[in-house]
Amino acid sequence: MALAEAPFREAAAREGEPGVRCTHCGLPVPSGMEAGGIGEPIFCCAGCATVYGILREGGLDAYYQMAERRQAPVSATGRRFEEFDHPSYHELYVTARPDGLLETYFYLEGVACGSCVWLVERVPLLVPGMSRAELDARRARVLVVWDGASVALSSIARTLDTLGYRPHPYRGLRAEALRRSEDRAALARIGVAGAIAVNTMLAALALYSGWLTGMEPAYERYFRWISLLLVTPAMFGPGLVFFRGAWGAIRTRSLHMDLPIAIALAAGYGRGLTNTVTDSGPIYFDGVTLLIFLLLVGRFLQQRAQRAAGDSAELLYSLSPSTARVVEGETAREIPVEALLPGMIVEVRADETLPADGVVVEGRSALDLSLLTGESRLATVEMGAPVFAGTVNRGARLRMRVDRAGEATRLGRILREAEAGALRRAPVVALADRMSGAFVLAVLALALATLALWWRTSPSFAVDQAIALLIVTCPCALALATPLAVSVAIGRAARSGILVRGGAALESLARPGTIFLDKTGTVTEGRTALLSWEGPEDAKPLVLALERHSSHPLARGFEAAWAGIAAPEATEALYTAGGGLEGVVGGCRVVVGSPAFVAASAKAGAQAAESGEGTPVWVAVDGEVVGRARFGDKVRADAGESLAWLRARGFTPRLLSGDDPSVVASVGAALGFAPDACRGAATPEEKLRVVEEESRRGPVVMVGDGVNDAAAIARATVGVGVSGGAEASLAAADVYLTRPGLGSLVALVDGAQRTLHVIRRNIVFSIAYNLVGAGLAMAGLINPLLAAILMPASSMTVVLASWKSTTFETKS
Amino acid sequence: MSVLYIVLPLALLVVGVAVFAFVWAAKRGQFDDLETPAIRALHDDPAARAHEEPKSPRREKP
Repeated sequence: MALAEAPFREAAAREGEPGVRCTHCGLPVPSGMEAGGIGEPIFCCAGCATVYGILREGGLDAYYQMAERRQAPVSATGRRFEEFDHPSYHELYVTARPDGLLETYFYLEGVACGSCVWLVERVPLLVPGMSRAELDARRARVLVVWDGASVALSSIARTLDTLGYRPHPYRGLRAEALRRSEDRAALARIGVAGAIAVNTMLAALALYSGWLTGMEPAYERYFRWISLLLVTPAMFGPGLVFFRGAWGAIRTRSLHMDLPIAIALAAGYGRGLTNTVTDSGPIYFDGVTLLIFLLLVGRFLQQRAQRAAGDSAELLYSLSPSTARVVEGETAREIPVEALLPGMIVEVRADETLPADGVVVEGRSALDLSLLTGESRLATVEMGAPVFAGTVNRGARLRMRVDRAGEATRLGRILREAEAGALRRAPVVALADRMSGAFVLAVLALALATLALWWRTSPSFAVDQAIALLIVTCPCALALATPLAVSVAIGRAARSGILVRGGAALESLARPGTIFLDKTGTVTEGRTALLSWEGPEDAKPLVLALERHSSHPLARGFEAAWAGIAAPEATEALYTAGGGLEGVVGGCRVVVGSPAFVAASAKAGAQAAESGEGTPVWVAVDGEVVGRARFGDKVRADAGESLAWLRARGFTPRLLSGDDPSVVASVGAALGFAPDACRGAATPEEKLRVVEEESRRGPVVMVGDGVNDAAAIARATVGVGVSGGAEASLAAADVYLTRPGLGSLVALVDGAQRTLHVIRRNIVFSIAYNLVGAGLAMAGLINPLLAAILMPASSMTVVLASWKSTTFETKS
Repeated sequence: MSVLYIVLPLALLVVGVAVFAFVWAAKRGQFDDLETPAIRALHDDPAARAHEEPKSPRREKP
């Protein structure tokens, strides 16, 4: 039925609409692709046609009956994914199951909607030997289970790729398993604490009613023992978390909110226990269980928001390439980077990242060093030149011999430095935790004062009132204030492309300090582009015609800048390495290249000397220099405005770059930096040292994108990674900006300041409530019912205030 | 009112069973992914189910 229906519907669509739509993805079909008669399937691209064929053959036509399908043309990479079959890949990513099958996780690119779940989970029907695929749509992660003896993982990967879901190895599986079991335990704790809190409150309701209207002592005793029976598992199950936290804080002599919480819980439980056994005085079990439940919920929410941001950052991390193309004889084979050994010959194509340190053995190209060193100018390499892992090939295909791989590379050393930097960083103590020390002292002092005040009247009444004070001043609202405000802020930030991996980072960002900015890729766009052109319009087609014959990055720069201009055909094009191009276009002899190269072939009178920012390129037509272009790294459009905003808020932005000092100075001057606030030619080690020095004086924010920034990012009070950066900087950063430009940094700082404002307001609320509670207890007016009303009331105020807060509002 | 002595422990027993069931489900990862199963339920068709491995455990501990 489905076989006939899909094309039929397509035919109907063809009559109804002017544009023909693809049978597979439903997008308009380009005019050149139309083929076949009415009723025949039609496709927008070869990828969609392949998928249609596979699905029909595999009996999965039901896909075309789904109302909501992925509206994107299928773009398969056509890669072989041979690296997935390599033993070292299996060692790293594949687990053997008890039933003899193998399993692994992939991140899938292109998972967009419900139909993807359907399709991906039916891939086992298409690949014999594959037994299961289970997709987690939110994380775009699929669990693949297959029989290692009858099918190779690469063939599963190829099928996924053909269907338009490009698989990536899923890194950090171990950390993920750990976090998952933590999450599950937290959820179980909340469930237990919630059920107990509700039931204890029901028992308390009976007791309070009896208290107001009269109750037989036998029943009262019964309900008190029932309450004790309920509260005990809550204290020694879910509630144990707070005692562990408090004990840890005491042992390390650090401050933590768990300490005052543990004191209140212990006081309430201990007093309730003795009062139940001796059958006298109030019990506070309802308050204690509710406290445990609310605090656990607050913590869980904060953790979840941070996890979600962390997950997204990890996804980006997993998308970075992890394979190298090893050349063996005449053929190239892909293997995981982890399996590279010194002596191997590796092929690196244009726009690929070099996988190891080594020496060029074949080819000539230009390398983009910006992620490794911050250098914005491309470096030309040829036979025998040393090259480093982490740099990007921007020119033609290269072959290199691996000298050092993995940890031994310069990149590996920098990464280790980053890890060490992260360890040296002083932990940020959250505002609420910092207050906890003074809080504990104040509460204990007040409790003692209450005891002294009432001792002469009645020792047992004095003890009851002192205990009541400890319980009502339990910093429940205070402990909820920060987690809630932070979790709401992190969730909203993620929606505007800012991934925050810890609440402490937000608090630190709110306080003005020094902001170190990497230049290449952060303040500037990080790629070579045409900055200026002096010359006639009619020279442009001639240049373009010639540049078509080159794969040099500057040629692409011309093409990108003059995209709309049609170019004629060039003949006799000749490329001179390190010089430029020459050729004949429309009967004119055209030369494009470095000033020296062009001047040499031009008639007398041309001066090759030139100074200024960027790389100069001259154009000569028939021996006459007619045009002068400049190439360089463009400053981002929003940089000036963003820096002005940061300065107005009291921050001190400074440039810290590995690029040439003269380039850094000229960019800095254009953006209003004082000359001493710009620093160039900084090695990764120097960046780390500068950040370390400065962080002794105050909070330091490091914003960067490169591997060379990773150590400094890890060491700074708050490290910020920028879109398009290296995975090392991404892994080290507390905050990751997924949108390019410094506008996101402004949104981040602004949001952080608003969040701190909300936290402060919440803290004021809860302290005010605690003062009222303490005052009532000291005056001898408190009782369990009043405490049970006051406590949730204060927590609700904080919850509502956090939910209504306007942190990280999208301004656009 | 002495019925309370029987009914209340019974009620608590029921709560205990429910809490145990929740903890069991949470620890087995039933709440790990709250979005995909909802989508999956919409698409599950009997024809495709027949192809799946018989009595496969839906989800196991990592």
